[in-house]
Amino acid sequence: MIRVENLIKKFGDTEVIRGISADFFPGKVNLIIGKSGSGKTVFMKSLLGLYDIDGGEIYYSGEPLSEMDFKRRKTLRTEMGMVFQGSALFDSLTVEENVIFPLKMFSNMIEADMRDRVNFCLGRVNLEGANKKYPAELSGGMKKRVAIARAIAMNPKYLFCDEPNSGLDPQTSIVIDNLIREITLEFGITTVINTHDMNSVMEIGDNVILIKDGYKAWQGNKADILTTDNENVNEFVFTSQLLRRVKELHLQSSRRE
Amino acid sequence: MNFYKYLEDFGRYVLMLGRVFRRPENKKMYFEAFLIEIEHLGINSLGLVAIISLFVGAVVTIQTALNLENPLIPAYYIAIATRESIILEFSPTMVSLILAGKVGSNIASTLGTMRVSEQIDALEVMGVNSASYLILPKIVAAVFFNPILISMSMFLGILGGFVFGQLTGMIGPQDFIEGLLLEFNPFYVTYALIKTVVFAFIITSVSAFHGYYVKGGAVEVGNSSTKAVVSSSLIIILANYILTQLILS
Repeated sequence: MIRVENLIKKFGDTEVIRGISADFFPGKVNLIIGKSGSGKTVFMKSLLGLYDIDGGEIYYSGEPLSEMDFKRRKTLRTEMGMVFQGSALFDSLTVEENVIFPLKMFSNMIEADMRDRVNFCLGRVNLEGANKKYPAELSGGMKKRVAIARAIAMNPKYLFCDEPNSGLDPQTSIVIDNLIREITLEFGITTVINTHDMNSVMEIGDNVILIKDGYKAWQGNKADILTTDNENVNEFVFTSQLLRRVKELHLQSSRRE
Repeated sequence: MNFYKYLEDFGRYVLMLGRVFRRPENKKMYFEAFLIEIEHLGINSLGLVAIISLFVGAVVTIQTALNLENPLIPAYYIAIATRESIILEFSPTMVSLILAGKVGSNIASTLGTMRVSEQIDALEVMGVNSASYLILPKIVAAVFFNPILISMSMFLGILGGFVFGQLTGMIGPQDFIEGLLLEFNPFYVTYALIKTVVFAFIITSVSAFHGYYVKGGAVEVGNSSTKAVVSSSLIIILANYILTQLILS
């Protein structure tokens, strides 16, 4: 579990994250939603320790991140997996070399076991046989799946995904969403996803946090989104006529029941 | 204003070096990276260095011969001038400047692209010391291989002078060999190799600094590449003066 207490992050004099507190639970898909520029990526990079924070605390399984020394942080990072917005695959390496990289760097596994693990991870994301391809030869959706395979190679306790559906068509997005959800449930991972894809929110949002202008504006789950009166949620989520109509129908059917 | 910016950059450069020279997470992986860098930064430069050295050696010999057309000056002085020019300045300094252009821009643009495409963040999240894993093998490879490149450059430069001197009829083989051996100071080769090692460190670390801390996109990566070449060239010129004062004075 990850607990965030009153997190503050500034760039110069500008406060980008303004005292956010939140809990992210294991075995659940925790979504951070918000407009572009609302502070989602900064919040996630602060969680990962890629940014030094200016206030508050982040606890990983009860242990404060700020009190961890360099060595402990490195160990913690081997328990993390991250899927970046642009996949961030090492483009000079093949798919197999990308996935095996963390295993080679940190595990004591023998070569054959590492290959088995790579094949298992690639199989898990439905990419069997793509081992020898280079990232440049893959589609956007395939790159995301390789990034997921690489992220789960070390059996992480924490999985972070920054806009995993950006640039993907709706069908591929759903495939990626379901894949992340399945992996989260299967391995009991604490998954944190940054997104502004409403399909993802309604599909896999077990725990949803809305960030607006660096503040936490709302927290709930995918079902709560359809019933909440929170102005910020309604303003952010139900922007299209289609979604507004969906909400109306949902409320009408709830009243009838 | 600029002075503070340079001071800040220098501080960040020193901090980066502090991260670069930490203990590797996995020595085998670092050694593999070192071998790859030997190929990228060293072996791939062999052809360029060979051609340039051969022809510059030839040009130095021809120009010296044209300027020493005096019956009172012995012909072997042409070989002495060629030898001293190649060993003292051309091979260690000029070739290093050429390598600053070729290798420096390559390092800065590679690391810059890795930065803007979040590959460096990906390494950090995995728990890899990205500065060390990406930069240390480059520095070690250049410091190890550049002396080999420069030694080859010295040999080919002098060979170029010897061959073209004969082809143009400006100096005969006997005179050239006599000049090469006359009052040869072997310490000059040591001096040249010391400079080479320092310059190799400057080229790789300064270029890596510019690439590693890129912010932005494709334009900034291009700018970082240019800055890497310009600043490493300037620092080489400055270091050349300081080292010459320290070692030869």
